[in-house]
Amino acid sequence: MNLEWMAWTLPTAVFFSFIVLMLIGMTIWEIKSPTVNRKGFLPISTTRGDRLFIGLLSSAYIHLLWVGLTEITIWFALVISIIWMFLVMRWG
Amino acid sequence: MKKWQDNRGWLFILPVFLIVAFSAVVPLMTVVNYSIQDIFGPGQRVFVGTEWFREVLTDERLHEALWRQLLFSGLVLLIEMPLGIAIALMMPDKKGFGASICLVVLALPLLIPWNVIGTIWIIFTRPDIGLMGATINTLGLTFDHTANGLHAWITLMLMEVWHWTPLVALLAYAGLQSIPPAYYQAAKIDGASSWAVFRYIQLPKMRGVLTIALLLRFMDSFLIYAEPFVLTGGGPGNTTTFLSIYLVKIAVGQFDLGPAGAFSLIYFLIVLLFCYLFYQALQNVGKGEQA
Repeated sequence: MNLEWMAWTLPTAVFFSFIVLMLIGMTIWEIKSPTVNRKGFLPISTTRGDRLFIGLLSSAYIHLLWVGLTEITIWFALVISIIWMFLVMRWG
Repeated sequence: MKKWQDNRGWLFILPVFLIVAFSAVVPLMTVVNYSIQDIFGPGQRVFVGTEWFREVLTDERLHEALWRQLLFSGLVLLIEMPLGIAIALMMPDKKGFGASICLVVLALPLLIPWNVIGTIWIIFTRPDIGLMGATINTLGLTFDHTANGLHAWITLMLMEVWHWTPLVALLAYAGLQSIPPAYYQAAKIDGASSWAVFRYIQLPKMRGVLTIALLLRFMDSFLIYAEPFVLTGGGPGNTTTFLSIYLVKIAVGQFDLGPAGAFSLIYFLIVLLFCYLFYQALQNVGKGEQA
């Protein structure tokens, strides 16, 4: 199957592979240990899936703000996003 | 003892899963791929990293289009939601013949194709032969949506409200009809006012359908393209150039697929954020009162 029209690159392939792996991991985690609603530092009570969604969406905005406001390499935005994701998933 | 689970139901969602994968996920992945490359043609592309995102995020015309779009969607929601609820409240009960007439009349604008809506309103507002345009000009006022930005906005808002308020009204009406009569009887016994009935019975019971109406209307108005494109083409000047019109200018007009891909992703993230915020806000309305 020729996927040239999709114009794949290594970074995007890694990115989407990571997303797919994360979703598979979340599914297995959910089956093994079903989530419960809880209230952390976020202003709403959330499930594990909610926190993942919030973490991913806010990470996308962190990257956009970084790119739009600074000239510094985007790897710093990635590190900030990973720390933020961890905080949201653990205490959100 | 562990409860046995029948997982065959998952097979039933497989067709939807495949359709969504091919109609949404694959195009989205392609757009992500395009957004970080300079595409010259089939097989001719160069990796540029975040360059297009930086270019798009610092584009003044995009900022203007975004504020215009937010203003448009905000006005649409501010007008259509209360108006739709008011129409639904005024509609006759579902048992009568009047309700059927109302439902058909309300559904009519929703049946017209979007590009035809634009054409109808071009004719309707023409200053020389249009019923609305000519009537206003006869009164001594000058109205020309092709030359005046404010007039173009008024025309667009009228068109949008006329086209889509019926959807809100129909959804609200469906919500109202699903309220059991016992609620109204209890309110009557308690001597509740009309406002109290609306505030504490009808509005909470309509929350589900109003969430759907709000999300649909926000997404549709935020992604609007066909009607303003046909009616004003984004003009006069750039006064009605919304995000979608500007995006098409970049993607199709200039064939800049990389910047268009970056623009599309930012557009998608904005819609996603607002829809999530609206959804959460509406899900949490009245929770404190129920507790």
